[in-house]
Amino acid sequence: MSDDPLVQIRDLNFAYDNRSVLSGINITIPRGKVVAIMGPSGCGKTTTLRLIGGQLRPTSGEVRVGSQVVHELSDSGLYQLRRRMGMLFQFGALFTDMSVYDNVAFQMREHTDLPEELIHDLVLMKLHAVGLRGAHSLMPSELSGGMARRVALARAIALDPMLIMYDEPFAGLDPISLSIVGDLIRTLNDALGASSIVVTHDVQESLKIVDYVYFVSEGQIVAEGTAEEIKHSKAPYVHQFVWGEADGPVPFQYPARPYGEEMMEQPSKPTAWWS
Amino acid sequence: MMPARLLRQLGHRVTDRLWRLGFASRFLLMTILYSGTSLRRFQLTIREIYFTGVLSLIIILVSGLFVGMVLGLQGYDTLQRYGSSEALGILVALSLVRELGPVVAALLFASRAGSAITAEIGLMKATEQLSAMEMMAVNPIARVVAPRFWAGVISMPLLAALFSAMGVLGGYLVGVQLIGVDEGSFWSQMQAAVDFRQDIMNGVIKSCVFGAIVSWIAVFEGYDADPTAEGVSRATTRTVVTSSLAILAADFVLTAFMFRGL
Amino acid sequence: MNRAVIDLWVGIFAALGLVALLFLALKVGNLSSTDVGETYSLQARFDNIGGLKVRAPVKSAGVVVGRVAEIRFDAKDYMALVSMQIDNRYQFPRDTFATINTSGLLGEQYVGFEVGGDTALLKAGDVVKKTQSAMVLEKLISQFMFSKAAEDEGKKTTD
Repeated sequence: MSDDPLVQIRDLNFAYDNRSVLSGINITIPRGKVVAIMGPSGCGKTTTLRLIGGQLRPTSGEVRVGSQVVHELSDSGLYQLRRRMGMLFQFGALFTDMSVYDNVAFQMREHTDLPEELIHDLVLMKLHAVGLRGAHSLMPSELSGGMARRVALARAIALDPMLIMYDEPFAGLDPISLSIVGDLIRTLNDALGASSIVVTHDVQESLKIVDYVYFVSEGQIVAEGTAEEIKHSKAPYVHQFVWGEADGPVPFQYPARPYGEEMMEQPSKPTAWWS
Repeated sequence: MMPARLLRQLGHRVTDRLWRLGFASRFLLMTILYSGTSLRRFQLTIREIYFTGVLSLIIILVSGLFVGMVLGLQGYDTLQRYGSSEALGILVALSLVRELGPVVAALLFASRAGSAITAEIGLMKATEQLSAMEMMAVNPIARVVAPRFWAGVISMPLLAALFSAMGVLGGYLVGVQLIGVDEGSFWSQMQAAVDFRQDIMNGVIKSCVFGAIVSWIAVFEGYDADPTAEGVSRATTRTVVTSSLAILAADFVLTAFMFRGL
Repeated sequence: MNRAVIDLWVGIFAALGLVALLFLALKVGNLSSTDVGETYSLQARFDNIGGLKVRAPVKSAGVVVGRVAEIRFDAKDYMALVSMQIDNRYQFPRDTFATINTSGLLGEQYVGFEVGGDTALLKAGDVVKKTQSAMVLEKLISQFMFSKAAEDEGKKTTD
């Protein structure tokens, strides 16, 4: 495996209309590693994943995957690139009108001409890897949250991607499912020889499995380092985030006028007609 | 001051609607451009024909029967005053084949199948299924939208024909079996007056157009829905309202063109 | 839902729909009675066609033998030129008399053929020479009224 990184994000800026979401982001994902992008909700983490997947176009700067600049690709080039990426969405995003089996087989049927017997073996292999071979005939509505996440993971790795992206893989899971999914992310990454990007705000679980961490706050990278460095970081922001303190550099209060001033005022008109 | 603000509001609404119409037209164009998959892998479309067409069968058949029976009763009541109750067949058949069949079947189709399509696509969007499909390098317009669109276009004329046929049977049941209009003259007068090209084919053309309109509105509203519970419910309502209005307006335009020569 | 079941239902649906279309075409409409089979074309000139329309029937002895295909105004002799498609099974003599009749007092108008005795037959593209124009109801009534008035006038003067 060569030394050049799989994904390289340089001076990336992105804005919705005129609201800046990301400014001056630089991220490098080396081959074979699991990298986490952490930060509070709404700081632009998911946007970063969509920029890597080419679903959004950067305002300036570039995202380079392998040797290709994502936003300069044609539609067909982008689709070629996406075939080598897998993505796990926040709540799985399983196709609710298909069984577990068909969900995992979806990409194989869409993109390859493999005979149905071979697809059958491949699907069961992927499901076995996430421990759900026995659930192949269930519908997504019959799965628990953790199982749905694992099926979605099996679907994301269906075509043995070189890059796997996880959007909040730990959100809303019980502690057991949480550590199962965490272990799977690590083992699948190593087994497939892929690289992974984990976007999350679950610090404790992700620090167990990742190699490198970027901290994003308000659209900027505020800290980076290996898992060990982050755990022992003295930076006040990282410290507050890692140890989950209620007040610190990230204020508890939403920005407001001074309390006393607001109390003296006449109440404004009700905002909703029924109140 | 007031009129200026009202005018501005009106202007805003008009530009908003026009912008949306343009957006919807572009979407329709994309749907047709990306129809290759749904026609090459026709199994995808067949599946959607099941959900839109087959599941609408019951409501279409039963409504058609009742509409025909009511036409039989009302038509007889009026015609017998002029001593021409034998023309009941003509009245029932012409009103069904030309107007009621295509229009009422399309209205029922919009509320039965159109709303379901919108809700399904809207929920797929809300649960990121469309996004996931895009990330799997599968175009959701080709894979999800186009098969539903073509299923609607194919199902609609069949449903309208079934509606008209059931209606004629309903009129026959009430007129001939119940009231006792002469059976021979019921059918022969009908056959003499209903023209295959002028009446039946025009009805079929109408229902094809309505099918395309309803499916277009349904898939667009679903694809364009706000990805929230409220957004999907609003989009579903909009599908039914917009397509009902569009059906009636298109019916007027088509009728004006088709029967101009008469 | 399994694929075979869906296929079966969609098959049933399509078959039902086609049967309904066939029912409309054959039992409700007139596809079965006319328009099928070969036709040949005849033409006729009329002074006045009244309310005759395209696709109106052409009848002989009350039986439909063809349909009006086209109606034009001939600017040379200021007459209406009516083209008709006649069923190949029926041939008519050269001196056939074409009239425009009304079914019932207020019904639709049609072209009637009254057959003469000529042994030579009309060929495709021929023009029917002898025609009689439509009866215009208003003209008939006014003629009747005037002749009645003239009769009365005549009676008065003889008295």
